[in-house]
Amino acid sequence: MASKVIRAFYDDDDVLMHAVKKVKAAKHHIEEVYCPFPVHGLDKAMGLAPTRIAITSFLYGLTGLTVSIVMMNFIMIKDWPQDIGGKPSFSYIANMPAFVPVMFEMTVFFAAHLMVITFYLRSRLWPFKKAENPDLRSTDDHFIMEIEVHGDAADLTALLRETGAVEINTVEK
Amino acid sequence: MASHYEAPIRKPLVLGDKGYHDVSVDIAAPVEGRANKQWWIVFSIALAAFLWGIGCIIYTISTGIGTWGLNKTVNWAWDITNFVWWVGIGHAGTLISAVLLLFRQKWRMAVNRSAEAMTIFSVIQAGLFPIIHMGRPWLGYWVLPIPNQFGSLWVNFNSPLLWDVFAISTYLSVSLVFWWTGLLPDFAMIRDRAVKPFQKKIYSLVSFGWTGRAKDWQRFEEVSLVLAGLATPLVLSVHTIVSFDFATSVIPGWHTTIFPPYFVAGAIFSGFAMVQTLLIIMRKVSHLEAYITVQHIELMNIVIMITGSIVGCAYITELFIAWYSGVEYEQYAFLNRATGPYWWAYTLMMTCNVFSPQIMWFKKIRTSILVSFIISIVVNIGMWFERFVIIVTSLHRDYLPSSWTMFSPTFVDIGIFIGTIGFFFVLFLLYARTFPVIAQAEVKSILKSSGERFKKLRDAGKPLYEIKSSAAPQKGKDSGSKSDKSNENK
Repeated sequence: MASKVIRAFYDDDDVLMHAVKKVKAAKHHIEEVYCPFPVHGLDKAMGLAPTRIAITSFLYGLTGLTVSIVMMNFIMIKDWPQDIGGKPSFSYIANMPAFVPVMFEMTVFFAAHLMVITFYLRSRLWPFKKAENPDLRSTDDHFIMEIEVHGDAADLTALLRETGAVEINTVEK
Repeated sequence: MASHYEAPIRKPLVLGDKGYHDVSVDIAAPVEGRANKQWWIVFSIALAAFLWGIGCIIYTISTGIGTWGLNKTVNWAWDITNFVWWVGIGHAGTLISAVLLLFRQKWRMAVNRSAEAMTIFSVIQAGLFPIIHMGRPWLGYWVLPIPNQFGSLWVNFNSPLLWDVFAISTYLSVSLVFWWTGLLPDFAMIRDRAVKPFQKKIYSLVSFGWTGRAKDWQRFEEVSLVLAGLATPLVLSVHTIVSFDFATSVIPGWHTTIFPPYFVAGAIFSGFAMVQTLLIIMRKVSHLEAYITVQHIELMNIVIMITGSIVGCAYITELFIAWYSGVEYEQYAFLNRATGPYWWAYTLMMTCNVFSPQIMWFKKIRTSILVSFIISIVVNIGMWFERFVIIVTSLHRDYLPSSWTMFSPTFVDIGIFIGTIGFFFVLFLLYARTFPVIAQAEVKSILKSSGERFKKLRDAGKPLYEIKSSAAPQKGKDSGSKSDKSNENK
């Protein structure tokens, strides 16, 4: 898999945005952009699909709600119904007001944690994972655009230079 | 450009001529530098208090709850007061990071990290109290809904105390992942700046290999937004449920419907006061005056003033409803609260919580750092007394006059409380030396709209950036000459 990539370094988010639009307009495929902070609109400009992580969170929340209902129904109604404070536990729906807090908490618990775990797995983040940013400056003040080179790199380099890149490297990947 | 626009009347949130790199340098400085003498002095005091607290906890557990000042009538006192006080303090963090995120308040960027740290550290203190109050903390797992050796004996899901178990553990764990997810890019920044191999290793470990791809940032922002959306009702639910511990029991002075909103307002009030106390010191010690500006202090003072007024409103409503209800027990509970033997605690609570924040109406006072610091401490004392008043004055004269009594804490009660303060400051001081105390990635994203440098450029009618296209290839910049700087991860 010896492919050549060009890495263009920018030191400003606005300049980067202009560059991304220009490179896209010139029909080049932007492999990746590494940023030190979120640049608004970059994902759209690069043509990234919207993330579906919020949808997963909603589904996890529904799971949490279901788990809490099933759990409390088993514990409080089925397995050992008790008469607490003159309110016998015969049916879930009749006793539900007392179960609402835990239903809510478990919904949030599942929605939050499973979404974050999904995010960590999808973005490949976990302890002992090695960072993959190509240059140390990309977490400080530099934005790196990575473009795969097919054929002549000179045209692309010229285009990138025109967009205000402060540094351009060609690397064998 | 449009995304960086901000109305010119808004004052800058980042002072000085700061660019992106300056932010990294300033935020990494306390981590990379060495601790000074004052830090060691304060840390030693906090550690001593913590150890004293551990001693008192060991004494309590080995001897029993009888070492506390509790009696048959006042069976909840300092322990639960401290529990509610710490949980309340733990509310501002998530409020700042979640609610202010939903409202797109840019000033949150400078304070959210420390506020979240404060939340986590204070909820840890809060959690200690119910556990040691169990008397046999090694049986603490009995609060979990797990099958056990007693047949099918389960926990009681009708009990607010069990709701608390779920609420506080959800709150603590969700706050923790919210905090840590936000920390990843900032840990990565410190990792990539680190020169010592040990530091590099540690920050590589804690940054989970954060790389900062466009897709990561897209997900990061969505996750932050959804977590904020989840954490906002969560933070309100937690203190609501804490107030249910009291409100669902038939004790005059506790059995009131106003408790949930009243407790939530009080929690935000005391939490902001604690954030204020911590940040006023931190901005000075860590030289972060350019990020945590007087404007930030002023805005927090306004929140303190408003929530203090809400709390005051709740106090007065409680008194009114007690009179209006026509219930003698309720009426007596409140009369006794204000004029009985604990009148001094009630007066202290009223003065600290209702009257003292009112001076914040004056701009000169709410922009004064010294006054803000003093008021923030006064408010925290007041909020401790609020919980003491609610708990002890409602209990000490119960339905049976023959069992009326007073409460006085033993050295163990006091020692455990001081110990938790020590533990809290031990954690916070360690945090201040090892964590990026300001969400630098987020500060960088608002720098162009709210930084003084860019505001000046905009006011002068100058562009915020220019595209410097370099026509001729620069020497030595075209090849991989920067390989010494690049990550050797591949």
